[in-house]
Amino acid sequence: MIVSNAVKLPIRLVLLGFFAVVIQESAVSQVSIFGVSADLTPLVVMSVGLLCGSLTGAVFGFATGLLIDLVLVQTLGVTSLLYIVIGYWAGRLHELRDPSHELVPLAAGALAAAFAGLGMAVIQFLLGVDAPVSLLLLQQIFIVVLVDTLLALPVYALVRRIVRPVLPEDPRRRRRRAYTTGGLSPLQQGAARRGHVPRPQSR
Amino acid sequence: MHDKQVRRRRAVLALLVAVSLILLTAYFGETPNSPLHNVQRGVVEVLSPVEDGASKVLAPVRSVAGWFSSTFHAKTQVKQLQQTVARLNNELAQAKGAKLLNTQLEAELHLDNSLDLSSYHPVTAQVILRDPTLWYQTISVDKGADDGVGLHDPVIGDGALVGEVSEVSATASFVTLITDHTVSVTARVLDANGDTGELVPAVGNPDELVMQYLNPPNPGQVQNGPQQGQLVVTAGFKSGPLESYFPANIPIGNVLPVDENQLLNNGTIQVSPQADLRGVDVVQILTRPSPGTERAQVP
Repeated sequence: MIVSNAVKLPIRLVLLGFFAVVIQESAVSQVSIFGVSADLTPLVVMSVGLLCGSLTGAVFGFATGLLIDLVLVQTLGVTSLLYIVIGYWAGRLHELRDPSHELVPLAAGALAAAFAGLGMAVIQFLLGVDAPVSLLLLQQIFIVVLVDTLLALPVYALVRRIVRPVLPEDPRRRRRRAYTTGGLSPLQQGAARRGHVPRPQSR
Repeated sequence: MHDKQVRRRRAVLALLVAVSLILLTAYFGETPNSPLHNVQRGVVEVLSPVEDGASKVLAPVRSVAGWFSSTFHAKTQVKQLQQTVARLNNELAQAKGAKLLNTQLEAELHLDNSLDLSSYHPVTAQVILRDPTLWYQTISVDKGADDGVGLHDPVIGDGALVGEVSEVSATASFVTLITDHTVSVTARVLDANGDTGELVPAVGNPDELVMQYLNPPNPGQVQNGPQQGQLVVTAGFKSGPLESYFPANIPIGNVLPVDENQLLNNGTIQVSPQADLRGVDVVQILTRPSPGTERAQVP
């Protein structure tokens, strides 16, 4: 069973990355919202990092970024460099804090989109831009971040639905689930095993 | 055990970052015919049927979303477009007279018409991919070398210049839009002086282009220079073996309100692209009559 899941997870991640890029470029990027297009790919990378951990997040980010650069005939390595950081950072958040609040993907999505937008701008400046740069660039990045933030929760929920069934069981999560779904803590279990202990009456 | 995991994690991270940096450096310094570019073209060739299929399957989703956004946008544009139609009708009447005269004069002087639009063969293509980033303004279309498309062929949509072909595979091509920071076009303002300059994008503002290197008009004759609303078209220069990739007189956009200080001091004006570069679904690629930049010329 464990071996089966170990194979299933990479397969699902490969398919997820491929379809995320194809759907993004074929449909989502052609729909204009407030004058910009939503970018789902940093949200998918962030979600995979949050669910699977830093190593998987970084590798998934690299592969997704490379696919985008290949498909769109862009400078190779730029998007993958940015997405490695997003996947790794989201994964570390999962490993160190294991945040359980429902709005964590929202905040993480906003940060991922902001990092992707600003990071791309910085790299392009480093590579050299011949044309004049408008200050509206910041406004455009801000609107993209806003739109991506609104989409972060549904994207995270979808990725979780795809990835979670094949994820290895996380001991911390199992313990927390036991507490929150009516299970007893070890201290309470001890008392429950002993049953009701009558207190000696005070004199 | 924990230390081993940490070391492995850091090693993989360092490896991925190093590979990305190597790819970036190698690609950036390469010529268009180098191995990495060839790999990229191969991937495009393999994936273009998938993208084409996905684009067709997802067309209804795009249409629904586009309908809402277009409806809101259209309401705000009605009045402005009515005014534009009235102005263009007047200009059309004048242009028809000028064209007639021009044809007669060309015939008398035996002018070289090889830069004329009529010498190009338009190939209609559908947009199958669009790049969402603010930095790479490219689209992918479903026509390639098999249909006669060549590198640097001009692309028009909505009756105006959209961009140029920047990558060609057998069945698909990439078009770099005129709002991409790597593209510049020699353009002419249809004003009294026929001012020419270089049109470049304003990075970060996809609805604006900057026309630079204009000859500033004399302070007393500013009215002869560029004015708001005037049409900007491709200049299509030809000088010996050097030739513009774009034929002359393809509309590009309209002059935005002119800042006189900017015009007199820097020789720059702002131009609004005529084509809806974000919403264009079908384009025409103007394929060249013969390969290469040299063109047959009638003596």
